[in-house]
Amino acid sequence: MKKLLLGDEAIAQGAIDAGLSGVYAYPGTPSTEITEYIQQNETARQRHLHSRWCTNEKTAMEAALGMSFMGKRALVCMKHVGLNVCADPFVNSGMTGVNGGLVVLVADDPSMHSSQDEQDSRFYGKFAMIPTFEPSNQQEAYDMMEAAFDYSEQQCLPVLMRVTTRMAHSRAVVRIKEAAREENPLNYNAKASNWVLLPANARRRNDLVTAQQTQLEADAETSSFNRLSLPTTSLTSEGERVPLGVITSGIAYNYVMEALAHRPNLSEEEEPNVSLLKISQYPLPKRLVRQLLDTCQRVLIVEEGQPFIEEQVRGVCENANILGRLTGELPRTGELTPDSVAKALGCPEHHTEGLQATASVILPRPPQLCQGCGHRDVYIALNEVLLDFEHPRVFGDIGCYTLGFLPPYKAIHSCVDMGASITMAKGAADAGQWPAVAVIGDSTFTHSGMTGLLDAVNEDADITIIISDNLTTAMTGGQDSAGTNKFEAICLGLGVNPAHVRVVVPLPKNMAEITRVLREEINYHGVSVIIPRRECIQTFKRHSKVKKG
Amino acid sequence: MKTDIVLCGVGGQGILSIATVIGEAAMAEELYIKQAEVHGMSQRGGDVQSNLRISDQPIHSDLIPHGAADLILSMEPMEALRYLPYLKPDGWVVTSCVPFVNIPNYPASDMLDAELARLPHVLSIDIERLAKDNAIPRSANIILLGAALHVIGIDAEALQDAVRRVFAAKGEAVVQANLKALSIGSEQIKG
Repeated sequence: MKKLLLGDEAIAQGAIDAGLSGVYAYPGTPSTEITEYIQQNETARQRHLHSRWCTNEKTAMEAALGMSFMGKRALVCMKHVGLNVCADPFVNSGMTGVNGGLVVLVADDPSMHSSQDEQDSRFYGKFAMIPTFEPSNQQEAYDMMEAAFDYSEQQCLPVLMRVTTRMAHSRAVVRIKEAAREENPLNYNAKASNWVLLPANARRRNDLVTAQQTQLEADAETSSFNRLSLPTTSLTSEGERVPLGVITSGIAYNYVMEALAHRPNLSEEEEPNVSLLKISQYPLPKRLVRQLLDTCQRVLIVEEGQPFIEEQVRGVCENANILGRLTGELPRTGELTPDSVAKALGCPEHHTEGLQATASVILPRPPQLCQGCGHRDVYIALNEVLLDFEHPRVFGDIGCYTLGFLPPYKAIHSCVDMGASITMAKGAADAGQWPAVAVIGDSTFTHSGMTGLLDAVNEDADITIIISDNLTTAMTGGQDSAGTNKFEAICLGLGVNPAHVRVVVPLPKNMAEITRVLREEINYHGVSVIIPRRECIQTFKRHSKVKKG
Repeated sequence: MKTDIVLCGVGGQGILSIATVIGEAAMAEELYIKQAEVHGMSQRGGDVQSNLRISDQPIHSDLIPHGAADLILSMEPMEALRYLPYLKPDGWVVTSCVPFVNIPNYPASDMLDAELARLPHVLSIDIERLAKDNAIPRSANIILLGAALHVIGIDAEALQDAVRRVFAAKGEAVVQANLKALSIGSEQIKG
């Protein structure tokens, strides 16, 4: 059967067809559509596969590990920075190993279309000693899911599958199986001596997993996902070399092929005079790399993200014949494009420069908070109240409301990672800052804000926390938010003084009340929580449509 | 055949449903397809674009190189101009002429018109007025698609069938409105 699927959807379909029993995830661009696809899939529904959103990536990773412990196949999905949140269970899952197949799918976001950094998750795979897969196209992503689950069970290790934005969010026709593999039955094969990471057990496991790396590398050498193609006709005599070799991986492989296909003076039959190694399974297959290096004068390394392969190929020995992001042939940071790759390969850029419009007519159009969004009313009120103070500081967080940094609001002074608004406000208050205000969304609060609130309560920090509750996770498109209807109870349970947990409705007509409440709570010297609560305008429109329909 | 299309507009204008219809038609025609979309932060009122490539030969890159696009299909005139570096020198621009003003310094519309007028193949249409006049207010984006029919390289019948399948779940009235939109759009080039 053929389907037109996003890379994310191909991964989801591949997981279901590989006998998945549960997906665990927190929404994060560009990984969100994997879990959404499974939530809506008919087979997944009939089989009651777990697909509810988790509170954060750490709870997701641990629950998936628990499912694997019982012998079933589990998938955990996240964006790259989510891997930082679950780094503890992720790295330790390399120590415990797995029982049922476990695939950790991480979607990196080079060029930071929707992110705070462009970290490359392949480094995590390497230091956790976990085998890593990296598909080049949607079909390979689909096929790789079954291979990854099988390999995970064969090696008793989790598999890290790394994709990037262009893979996750690009559609292509994918050939899929007619029927999904059966789920694994529950089993009790997981041994406590592997899963209880007391130092004595962990040391033994560490030796075993370290020794296992030789096997993982040998498997990468022969993996059907890693392909070495050498120009047979050009190398007539021993020791003769073609001018250029290319090592490439993931989505970058497509840009290389695009550029090579458009090289001038290359007839249909003529073989490209280039040695090419495509890597889609790690650890780095060193023998294949050496084989390629032996056939060419220079090698260009084209990979999406940070110079992961390039640094390993270069080793400690600077070699002028190894070219890539570290030598300036390719841009050091940011996403690759077909143009930057063609240039590095010495292929003339496609046609001419294309056309140009007068630069002054094309202005940047940054994203902004939607018309009618409750976060707007919160920032209008907050800005008005803070005019009372000489040096107010507002600590922001991750979500739509980060856009409050932009004009016309210019309302926040920091945004670092999920939950950092509350803890940074506390640190600032510890340093003597007043007023210190935290602005955090409902979903971000339950993801990573609650523990920080407990710290603040325990020291009665002089901070004002605004939990801007729109009843959903909106930047990623309106997924369920773990704490909906529970925020007052959570705050009271963590010990916030009930007199200083205040709820308002962020609407222009309520501006007088909102500013009054904000002013009172900023002037209260202790922890106060204000919850402006109104449904996200996007999900509200969607819900009204469903009601009408 | 091979057609590279840059679809663009402002987040929320419905460029992805245009892409869905073309993709559906291309799949039925057994063509190869690659369609890179933008999800996430930029969807909130920022500039958005999608690279859509269809071909009867395998397609490597998900992204269109500079100077290679056959068509810029845009829901907004300034956004059409933003992607000109991707257009072939003899490529087409088919765009809505109605500015979406959500930034304070938006350029004067005569400046935009002058820029568009310099291009060799351009069709700038008031799709919103056409949609209103023909009582199909929610189908402006499909009018735009119809206006680009002559560049896309897929038969009108195949696109009509795709519209039927894509909108079937929303009922016959929606299907008919969008078929009408496709037809109104395709008449624009003749005028």
